[in-house]
Amino acid sequence: MYSRCRSSLAIAWMSSVALLAGGCQREERDFSPGPASGSAPATTAMNTVLGENADAGFREQQRRTYEENAYQVAQGQELYSAFNCVGCHAHGGGDVGPALMDEKWIYGGEIDQIYLSIAQGRANGMPAYGAMIPSQQIWQIAGYVRSLGGHGSKSARPGRADHLAMPAPSQASPEPIRPTQRDDS
Amino acid sequence: MRNTATAAGPLLLQRALPEGDHSPGVMSRRLVAQAALSILAAWVLAPGAAQAQAPQAPAAASPPEDGNWTMPARDLASTRYSGLDQINAGNAHGLTVAFTFSPGTAKGQESAVLAVDGTLYFVTSFPNYLIAIDLSKPGGALKWKFEPLPDASSLGIACCQPVNRGPVYSAGTLYYNSIDAHTFAIDAATGALKWKTQVGDFHAGETTTMAPLVVRDKVLVGNSGSEYGARGWLVALNAQDGSEAWRAFSTGPDSEVLIDPTVFKPYYSHYVGKDLGVREWPPDHWKIGGGTVWGWISYDPELDLIFYGTSNPSPWNHEKRPGENFWTEGLFARRPADGKARWFYQFSPHGLWDHSAVNENVLLDVTWQGQPRKVLVHPERNGYMYVIDRGSGEVLAADPYVHITSTTGVDLKTGRLMTREEMIPKTGQVTRGVCPNSPGAKDWPPSAFSKQTGLLYVPHNNLCMDWEPTEVSYIRGTPYIGSNPRFFPGPGGNAGEFMAWDVIARKKVWTIAERWPVWSGALATAGGVVFYGNLEGWFKAVDARTGALLWQFKTASGIVGQPTTFRGSDGRQYVAILSGIGGWAGGLVSGDLDPRDPTAAKGFGNMESDLKKEVASGGMLYVFALPK
Repeated sequence: MYSRCRSSLAIAWMSSVALLAGGCQREERDFSPGPASGSAPATTAMNTVLGENADAGFREQQRRTYEENAYQVAQGQELYSAFNCVGCHAHGGGDVGPALMDEKWIYGGEIDQIYLSIAQGRANGMPAYGAMIPSQQIWQIAGYVRSLGGHGSKSARPGRADHLAMPAPSQASPEPIRPTQRDDS
Repeated sequence: MRNTATAAGPLLLQRALPEGDHSPGVMSRRLVAQAALSILAAWVLAPGAAQAQAPQAPAAASPPEDGNWTMPARDLASTRYSGLDQINAGNAHGLTVAFTFSPGTAKGQESAVLAVDGTLYFVTSFPNYLIAIDLSKPGGALKWKFEPLPDASSLGIACCQPVNRGPVYSAGTLYYNSIDAHTFAIDAATGALKWKTQVGDFHAGETTTMAPLVVRDKVLVGNSGSEYGARGWLVALNAQDGSEAWRAFSTGPDSEVLIDPTVFKPYYSHYVGKDLGVREWPPDHWKIGGGTVWGWISYDPELDLIFYGTSNPSPWNHEKRPGENFWTEGLFARRPADGKARWFYQFSPHGLWDHSAVNENVLLDVTWQGQPRKVLVHPERNGYMYVIDRGSGEVLAADPYVHITSTTGVDLKTGRLMTREEMIPKTGQVTRGVCPNSPGAKDWPPSAFSKQTGLLYVPHNNLCMDWEPTEVSYIRGTPYIGSNPRFFPGPGGNAGEFMAWDVIARKKVWTIAERWPVWSGALATAGGVVFYGNLEGWFKAVDARTGALLWQFKTASGIVGQPTTFRGSDGRQYVAILSGIGGWAGGLVSGDLDPRDPTAAKGFGNMESDLKKEVASGGMLYVFALPK
């Protein structure tokens, strides 16, 4: 396992020890996580009608691995664009497909549920990517999708949006039309 | 500078019309109505001399009024003009709801409502029910409902919601498309299926949202899907059994585009050459190059030519596809018998901004600089109002009707659009202040031409954008776009307009500012009234001569449909409109998207957060009439 903790040490120690401690977990790079963290969830269901719907321990482990680590989230962000997720979900606001940055989930918003939606596809047009994208990369995309809604470690999220890195136009929204005096009456 | 009027009253941009000054009072309405009637009478009694300069709809493509409305564009010339005048500028203020009917779906309702001999027909958004309503029963009772059962997987391929622009009626049969690329023929009396044909493959990004056109014994259908790398085509199905007569692709070798040098006579020489639909692309890119045919088709029976536009090339990032990208973002004239192309004109060579050229082509006969010309008028997404000789493909005029920053004009000698070098987008860079934006000066919602005033009534946009091309790879069945857009209103702050255009004088006569993009079709009537709706849900009747608001009614949801009018079984005139926000401009609302992301809904997220707060999704048919 390679860690950037050591290389960032020189810069980090000058500012604060607390930052160093937080930064370490954020910066860890695990290129080949164990079989458990790369495998598909075994017990996750889309709803809780019949009670407990997931392996809580597994879910927590996947959160730690893919939501708390900047490298994994950044990889997910790259893949999210590369597999044309942007075309349907935009950068979280949604389009053909639903928004991913709000709190509304049709098929569940936990990381293992998002994994399954990507891998299996969903009835109303979500393609099944399971045969196209390796399992670990689906987890990375799921981790990035979680970050769009503000989940996971704040320090692990991308520092800036990956698009239109410029201020929005001042006149972004149409103004209400108000009746005014006609000039030809 | 604010160059448009407010909701309180449209701005008269010139004084060309005989009425001149008046205020929107009852008296003036009466005067206007009387003047309208006298002008109509003058036309009927003494056609020719006095009205020689006014454009006319060719009679062969625009038959006289019979009280029915059998195709979305009303007639083959695409006038959307009704000869009914029971509802007129003097009494339109008294319009009330005659009845309503729920389509049972709540995404964008874009269908026109047809009326044939006492029955109404329209298509809902997914799952694309075809609904027939019996006008002889009180309150508009359901006569029958046909369910095509489209594959729900195709919803992932519907770029701008699973909308449908309507059925077409011909000789006792209704023809229409479902979102998953199937065409249906349905018995108009019973709702029974006559035939069903799969015309495309949604797994390859093809969907069908357009309204077919019937020309003689053929049903013409085109595909959607240029946002998914679909290859565009127009197919002719035999009306009798749904079998395929011919298919004309918009890209690829001449043999598949149906370009035969002995028939193909374009006006401009740069369209001449072998297999330009292959050579003006990177190797094999034409196979995923777009140019779909999802808009309107017109037909001139005298010239025996159909006219239709082709959509944007795929992907939106133009750096992925060097070349002219033939035959995308252009206009084909073809023979309906064998599909062979007669001429082609490209509005936007090497499309830079997703300017699908599928808007309506209104066929008119005009006196142009002293000469009689058979033309078509095409309000193009790139911001120019084109007048084109429909026999030859020569561009007679291309005048801006919105604020334009991306181009400087159209060279009328070569027909070429002149693009500003500094506005050509580059991958990874944001080009700011591009006007018009990608839905353009005007998207698919069709205009109406009034035979009474000679004016074209155009629902359109006033939109600009920031545009950032990005890397993109083709993955079959997924979006193939490669751009981050961000939209905002153009000068004046109003995102939409509804205006009257004088085709001969080549300018706006009046215009009404609308807060949001105007995504509803237009309807003009012999009563001197023009109807349209807006995204807030207001359905409006305005004076055809002045644009003065005569009447408005707030429907349940936003309007993205196409108003029509007809004579009911009881002899009264009715006006029909579907309410139900959706489509590209309304998708933020009906898709419950999140406007915190400016790129949501392909750029509308940046400007529609207020719309989402004020309008809800829904679906409802409204039929209006004057009180008995």
